[in-house]
Amino acid sequence: MEQAIVNGLYLGSQYALIALGLTLIFALMNVLNFAHGQLYVLGGFITYVVYGQLGLPFVLALVATAVTLALVGAAIEKFLFRPVIRRSVREESTMLLAAAIAFFLDAVILLLFGEKQRGVPKIMDGLLNWDFRIVMPYDRILIGVLSIFIIVGFILYMQYSKPGRAMRALAQDRVAAQLMGVRVDRYSMIGFALGAMLAGVVGGLLVTITGVNSGIGGPISIKAFMMVMIGGAGVISGAIAGGFILGMMESVGLFYLSSYGDITYLIIFASLMVFLAIRPQGLMGKPWG
Amino acid sequence: MMPGKLAKTAGFLIYAAILLILVPRLIDSYERWDLYYTLTSVALLSIASAGVWLTFFIGRINIGQAAYALIGGYVSAVMVVDHGISFWWTLPAAGLFCAVVSVFVGLPILRLRGVYFAMVTLVFTEVAKMVALALPITHGASGIVNIPLPGALEIFGFTLIPDFNTLDNSRRGFYFLSVVLMLICFLGMYRLVHSRMGRLCFSLQQNEELASSIGVNISYLRIVAYAISSFLGGIGGAIFAAISQSVYPSSFAVADSINFMLNCFLGGLGYVFGPMLGTFVLYFGWDWLFQTGKYQLLIFSSILIALMLVLPNGLLSIRLPGWKKNG
Repeated sequence: MEQAIVNGLYLGSQYALIALGLTLIFALMNVLNFAHGQLYVLGGFITYVVYGQLGLPFVLALVATAVTLALVGAAIEKFLFRPVIRRSVREESTMLLAAAIAFFLDAVILLLFGEKQRGVPKIMDGLLNWDFRIVMPYDRILIGVLSIFIIVGFILYMQYSKPGRAMRALAQDRVAAQLMGVRVDRYSMIGFALGAMLAGVVGGLLVTITGVNSGIGGPISIKAFMMVMIGGAGVISGAIAGGFILGMMESVGLFYLSSYGDITYLIIFASLMVFLAIRPQGLMGKPWG
Repeated sequence: MMPGKLAKTAGFLIYAAILLILVPRLIDSYERWDLYYTLTSVALLSIASAGVWLTFFIGRINIGQAAYALIGGYVSAVMVVDHGISFWWTLPAAGLFCAVVSVFVGLPILRLRGVYFAMVTLVFTEVAKMVALALPITHGASGIVNIPLPGALEIFGFTLIPDFNTLDNSRRGFYFLSVVLMLICFLGMYRLVHSRMGRLCFSLQQNEELASSIGVNISYLRIVAYAISSFLGGIGGAIFAAISQSVYPSSFAVADSINFMLNCFLGGLGYVFGPMLGTFVLYFGWDWLFQTGKYQLLIFSSILIALMLVLPNGLLSIRLPGWKKNG
């Protein structure tokens, strides 16, 4: 049981990071980013190339991943989402665009990196063994702690920096923010870049443990959607809560129900539907976000 | 602005004649039998997409149609294989079963809006797949295979539809079946949208509170629209199971749900016939790009993105600039 909880915390910290980026993009632009999982995979592969193949330090690889993904995210916002949002009659049209971008990134990733499962050398050896009740490799602990640091850093950035304040204003009320002199276009772009960067960094962190392959983008997106739904769309604290809740449910569920096959996910999905029927806005969301 | 009723009827009849007479002739003379299967798929997928379009029409993003297609396929397959019931009875049964399920699913979730509804329906697709894996009646992961071809449909001793086994080309039979159903479906959809109920549904898309405040029974309308949508999904899925003579839990997955939605977007959300055109273009585009090998997905998605940038309101918006009837 202790093992399941520790695993859940570790998993939750990764999930929360993924959900943070998705919810940020949703809050700023009302766009459901279907391509989020693909951005995660792209980040994983960039870390794989820089750290695994070129042999540069892991930290450098993470920085390279973050910068590349931020640029990709900014470009997607500026050249794709912005013109489409401006010209489409119904804002749901962005979903087709997001899905098309997801397909596109899937194709690019497949062509560039192939379909094989890729892994990199461990960043740290050894494992923590507490009386065989909790067994946890050091590298997982390090990645978990790193993710929590990034989450805290992100929250501080959103709370206290000028762009963070501008983005929160934008999320609350786009028109009002514009009237108060917030440069809406610019901060939408920064927000999208930041969201993409978070997705990529998680991919980069996790490539050291689970590896990466080009097919996992879609499933990751669906999980990210679920976390955002649990916590409430467009709310940062909700995304973090959703990430940890899903991580914990998966870990504990697999611990107790692994003998029944996929029943864990069936229970998670079904209970999510029931939960949303009772509380449509999630744990912390605004109604009808 | 609007062409006369006569012109519309004539246009529809010409379209039906092209599909039912000209296209089979052409296919037969060029001996491109594979096109029957492709066009049948397009017809069936556009029936299911029409359902998704109807939920768009009441202002809901539906990414759960694959669940109903899967349920429809299983209902028909179980009835035909395990109980020996004629396919022609299972077809409406599959649709009705889906409609009933959708009422129970829809009652709570139709209160949701926007992305929340979209996400719950997406999750529902996964739930349907996992339930199909877990239930004994669906035979788990191995699915139901060896579904017999539809038999004859006789009413009072008069053979309405011949036994598909006696046809020299069963694909041709399925083609006629699907195209006729598609035409009926879109005709009905057109009538629905231009009826009083259609107007009321359109009011839901614009503002539910306002509609409710002037006396529109919004929860009833939502359920009815969603049930019709699911009915169409079930019909499509049931025929698909009959064509492929098999159904698996993965026959219809999240990707299919998303495709149904994309068909509607691509054709244009403001146009009744949007899903038909969207399905046709997406399916044929994808098929045609098969020759580009490993660049298929890359080219396909690039074209989709380009289309979005040029025509963000769907393909049909190109013909009617400035026509903003349905939003």
